[in-house]
Amino acid sequence: MPAPIRLRELIRTIRTARTQAEEREMIQKECAAIRSSFREEDNTYRCRNVAKLLYMHMLGYPAHFGQLECLKLIASQKFTDKRIGYLGAMLLLDERQDVHLLMTNCIKNDLNHSTQYVQGLALCTLGCMGSSEMCRDLAGEVEKLLKTSNSYLRKKAALCAVHVIRKVPELMEMFLPATKNLLSEKNHGVLHTSVVLLTEMCERSPDMLSHFRKLVPQLVRILKNLIMSGYSPEHDVSGISDPFLQVRILRLLRILGKGDDDSSEAMNDILAQVATNTETSKNVGNAILYETVLTIMDIKSESGLRVLAINILGRFLLNNDKNIRYVALTSLLKTVQTDHNAVQRHRSTIVDCLKDLDVSIKRRAMELSFALVNGNNIRGMMKELLYFLDSCDPEFKADCASGIFLAAENPFESLQTFTLEAGSYVRDDSVPNLIQLITNSVEMHAYTVQRLYKALLDDISQVTEDEVLDVLEGLLVSNLSTPVTRGYSLTAIMKLSTRFSSVNRIKKVVSIYGSSIDVELQQRAVEYNALFKKYDHMRPALLERMPIMEKTATNGPAEIQTNGETDSTILDTKHPPNITQPASQANDLLDLLGGNDVVPVIQTTVPTKPASAGGELLDLLGDLSLTGGPTPTPAPSVPISQPPFLLDGLTSQPLFNDIAAGIPPMTAYNKNGLKIEFTFERSNPNPNIAVITIHATNSTEADMTEFVFQAAVPKTFQLQLLSPSSNVVPALNQGSVTQVIRVLNPQKQQLRMRIKLTYTHKGSPVQDLAEVNNFPPQSWQSLPWGCMGSSGIFLTQSRVDGMKTDDDDDDDLQRQ
Amino acid sequence: MRGQDSNDLAKGRRVHVTGLLTSAFTTISHKAHAYGIECNINLKMQFMLLFSRQGKLRLQKWYVPLSDTQKKKISREVIQMVLARKPKMCSFLEWRDLKIVYKRYASLYFCCAVEDQENELITLEIIHRYVELLDKYFGSVCELDIIFNFEKAYYILDEFILGGEAQETSKKNVLKAIEQADMLQEEAETPRSVLEEIGLT
Repeated sequence: MPAPIRLRELIRTIRTARTQAEEREMIQKECAAIRSSFREEDNTYRCRNVAKLLYMHMLGYPAHFGQLECLKLIASQKFTDKRIGYLGAMLLLDERQDVHLLMTNCIKNDLNHSTQYVQGLALCTLGCMGSSEMCRDLAGEVEKLLKTSNSYLRKKAALCAVHVIRKVPELMEMFLPATKNLLSEKNHGVLHTSVVLLTEMCERSPDMLSHFRKLVPQLVRILKNLIMSGYSPEHDVSGISDPFLQVRILRLLRILGKGDDDSSEAMNDILAQVATNTETSKNVGNAILYETVLTIMDIKSESGLRVLAINILGRFLLNNDKNIRYVALTSLLKTVQTDHNAVQRHRSTIVDCLKDLDVSIKRRAMELSFALVNGNNIRGMMKELLYFLDSCDPEFKADCASGIFLAAENPFESLQTFTLEAGSYVRDDSVPNLIQLITNSVEMHAYTVQRLYKALLDDISQVTEDEVLDVLEGLLVSNLSTPVTRGYSLTAIMKLSTRFSSVNRIKKVVSIYGSSIDVELQQRAVEYNALFKKYDHMRPALLERMPIMEKTATNGPAEIQTNGETDSTILDTKHPPNITQPASQANDLLDLLGGNDVVPVIQTTVPTKPASAGGELLDLLGDLSLTGGPTPTPAPSVPISQPPFLLDGLTSQPLFNDIAAGIPPMTAYNKNGLKIEFTFERSNPNPNIAVITIHATNSTEADMTEFVFQAAVPKTFQLQLLSPSSNVVPALNQGSVTQVIRVLNPQKQQLRMRIKLTYTHKGSPVQDLAEVNNFPPQSWQSLPWGCMGSSGIFLTQSRVDGMKTDDDDDDDLQRQ
Repeated sequence: MRGQDSNDLAKGRRVHVTGLLTSAFTTISHKAHAYGIECNINLKMQFMLLFSRQGKLRLQKWYVPLSDTQKKKISREVIQMVLARKPKMCSFLEWRDLKIVYKRYASLYFCCAVEDQENELITLEIIHRYVELLDKYFGSVCELDIIFNFEKAYYILDEFILGGEAQETSKKNVLKAIEQADMLQEEAETPRSVLEEIGLT
């Protein structure tokens, strides 16, 4: 039988194939030849055949029938056979294969071979792909070789040990004795692999970590020698001596110094030395600097060193080499939390990187930019980020848009995001943030509404009821709408039922969706239907506008569903002009919570207790019963007795943290023995709200009964009165009546108040009016933005729309 | 209940594994790995690929156990991604939770997949060192050398890197070892051909 063709011959032949089919044919032919050769148990040419098989395997053809042949080659005495055999094993015989374990014995024998190159082959194979069982069986041999004086074998044994530890972590302990004098080696190969081994052990076990901390001085010495020693041709790379070893030592130092003062101090000097002396003209120098910076940032380094590190990164940012810039951005991202101010200094460079052509750099720059946004630079940053959003690839848009929402201070920017067609990329959970932003900047409402409506319709024409309903119904049926959008539309339609006159049409739409396949839609529709049928009298109040949401640090409180009703937003505020609502846009509060938030409350029975009972929980339904019959339109002449709010937090206590804001108390009224003092607190979640507690005391000898405190504020404010503690002011200052007032002051104007007091004293009724103008400035001046508190539905202000038509009185009179 | 049983089973398995891992020391947990690789935590380099500009694989070294289909899939993906890069872009790509560090030398792309925490710049140096070794060995190496002597390329790689880590930082020592191993191979082969000549196969 002719000798099988040589490997090179085969390669040459296969490369002449002009088509895939031709190649396949050649390969199949050769495979058949090889198979028959294997069957004949030909020892001479096994090696050649396996080599050819490996070549064909690299081209993508199956080679599993060569697995056993590899084993035979490994077992052979010839070095050539072993070489190819082990190569084949590493390519074909990984631990997933059944015959993998058959290698164990061969490897064991070869680990003890007389020729170091055979031992080397065995160590290499074991260290690259040995399974856990194999590692367990052979760990002892590896450990033995770790102690040999032969540096060629020792370095391989060290890396083999690393692999063993990775596969079978509990064997780590057995290598501990052998590590004793690893670092005293002169051979760089051994040093390098030893440091890798030590690193692995320290990373895996805190005990090992503390054990090896004592090596810090030795490591520092080795590193120092590397830097200070003269030119060593063997290890030199562009003028730097053994950069691989330097990097490895720096990494080990990082692990050892982390969280440990003494170790960190011991390495301070050397780190400074490396940082200042390393040549940076080539990549290799920068690689070392990079590792140094990472180490400095991780250990307990002194501040001077940290500044040095950040400055190195700053220089990196200006480097022409893109790789260096990328690496700098990555590191800065890691350090921006801890060294924020230092990183801020490089902000402009970072923002420039947004314009880079490289995707990886852009992404890093974007993440870093978001991390750098703060109150001072937000204007400029937003501009840059919006520009970036406009021009970036789709893969970025989602993250960028969400980032902008989270960071944006006013809805203008967020709106731009929407209308820049990134809206479709925006994640659902960002919507609450947007809504919250919009509602917080009251003056933006009109603009907001217009932009959103425009985006929705591409048409700014005057809107009629039917058109609006058309749009919403269109959304409902459109194939392009997501279920979420449909949900919004349905709820929006529902809300319009109290604002529009074409209730029947709405009823019809709602009932249709009662049998929708989408469970969410179906549920909503059924509930809304119930609302129409059984609870119609509650409908207006339930579908009332909802209060401003608190800004949250995260994506919104759990109880506020992400049904930020952008649709209803548009229509609610667009609506008033249509029904000749004179309500000023600036004061309209947007209806935020979907009806389904409120709907579940319907299920509870309606208690009919008066809302004014002191200190009681103000029940939603209790309030409704007060308002009497349904108010068909939201705004009208609201009776004075309308409760000022619909939803209360669960207590009548104010929902805020008491900040001793240091605002001094003041006396608002003091006449005829009745003294009323105001004390101030700042509502933490919303800096626009001043919380005033009145304390009424009576210095006369007779009690003041049926005490009622009323207050009124100018149009630009909104006021809310909570229940008083009682309506009897005891005589002779024996006690006081307290009551909490909340004033919303979005325009930060000077606070003024008119109060009216009525009480019965010694049998006769007393009434008095007074102006309170002496509010301390701190009570109405703003706090810096950034007060983000925990979630909580803020109590709304009462509707004042109807009041606005009253021309005589400048102020609105409200009472509890 | 069925669900409960499987839950318990899973729990039992987990406990067993945790037992293995903790033993005398507490282990520090590490980030889970990419792409179906379960237990190789802390592995710095996961694989190295050499491929031509047409996407033909010239060398593949895997330091993690994967099935052939998985390897093929990963190779295809990575090759596609790297070939799509424009010349002026940086040498680093994020892919799943790994970083791909690549560099082109003439018609060959050298590509390493390393852990996220790895120093990318030194990985570039590793790649460069390997190219230098090939260059020294073959004498002005070109793609054809690697095609026709792929097994030698593997041998050189295995003398330089073991288990994903560099084992020898001296160029000279790596090349010396290869030289000596080559000589050993020749010595082993020569006697046979002599016998063949005499006619005694």
